[in-house]
Amino acid sequence: MAENVRPRVRVPATVAAGETITIKTLISHNMESGQRKDGDGNVIPRSIINRFTCDFNGQNVIDVTLEPAISRNPFFEFQATISESGTFQFTWYDDDGSVYEEQKEIAVE
Amino acid sequence: MKALALKGVAAVTALSFVAASALADENANLVVNGEIDMTIRAPAPDHMENMSEVMSGWLFRSSETQALQLDDFENPGMIWVDDAREVFASESGSGGESCASCHDSPEALAGVRAVYPKWDEEHGEVQTLEMQINECVTERMGGEPWKYTGGTMVNMTALLASVSRGMAVNVAIDGPAQSTWEMGRDLYYSRTGQLELSCANCHEDNYGNMIRADHLSQGQINGFPVYRLKNAKLNAVHSRFKGCVRDTRAQTYSPGSPEFIALELYVASRGNGLSVEGPSVRN
Repeated sequence: MAENVRPRVRVPATVAAGETITIKTLISHNMESGQRKDGDGNVIPRSIINRFTCDFNGQNVIDVTLEPAISRNPFFEFQATISESGTFQFTWYDDDGSVYEEQKEIAVE
Repeated sequence: MKALALKGVAAVTALSFVAASALADENANLVVNGEIDMTIRAPAPDHMENMSEVMSGWLFRSSETQALQLDDFENPGMIWVDDAREVFASESGSGGESCASCHDSPEALAGVRAVYPKWDEEHGEVQTLEMQINECVTERMGGEPWKYTGGTMVNMTALLASVSRGMAVNVAIDGPAQSTWEMGRDLYYSRTGQLELSCANCHEDNYGNMIRADHLSQGQINGFPVYRLKNAKLNAVHSRFKGCVRDTRAQTYSPGSPEFIALELYVASRGNGLSVEGPSVRN
């Protein structure tokens, strides 16, 4: 399993109905491309986050395929228009099969 | 004498023109998280004979790079600060103690970064923050010393810098530290390597000018450890010194060597009055 993987997410706690919010996510991950070699000339195996998804109350907001050229600690910023209170579900999928999850509540006031 | 003075004025005018035109936004202010107001320009400390104003390296970066430091969520350096928080609270060494056993929380050490390197009476030497940390790790906690520019060490210095952000750098250069400081000053003005460059040739005579595709800064170290976009990790100040000396095509001193400790004290003193910014974001 990749080391020191820590997802983090920033979502506003409250929002006015129909308002568009900005969501920021970052996951600390080495994103080893699989194209580098170690000191002995052996290829360092690829180990990246290959997919990132965000869902809101079961509805998909964003679904991203990540490729080896994406640098360490991938950061995503995107927007969503919110009409009801609910829960954001963030999921990162690792090459090694690990799945990292994070949830954030948001309330419409 | 008169000719000399005139020449001085001309040089200063030329420099300020170049420096002003090189900055992304001359009037930009650095306020982190909307609450930590950084001093990014300050009157030069009295000991600096050739400059009137000291400027944070943040001013020399593009507006996109500058923006990364405005918010801790977007500052990639904060990832390792979080890692260091865990180390701070975890027990290690033969005594089963953690940093938190003595120091409670990292916030209790606010202000420490600003005064290091500093004279240590017990050991009779100038100590950098790294040396002080290793003194705690080995002598108080009974553990193995951390590698001087290794990940654990750099992360911990980033944590200690982060809790001192906004405080003015204020290292002492007189008293018992004076001879070390003078050694550092001599190194700063000594030309080294096949290119015969001193620190001052770039960072005093040419800040604001281009060095290849990059703006030369004043070489201030108030923002260390630095997250560099070029290697996507935190960089310790002695690693940066090593890179600079290497670029003059000289044999470099080692991180943690007496030469680099002296140089760190001297360069830190050139930034007295600027805010502690670490972990900052640079190219």
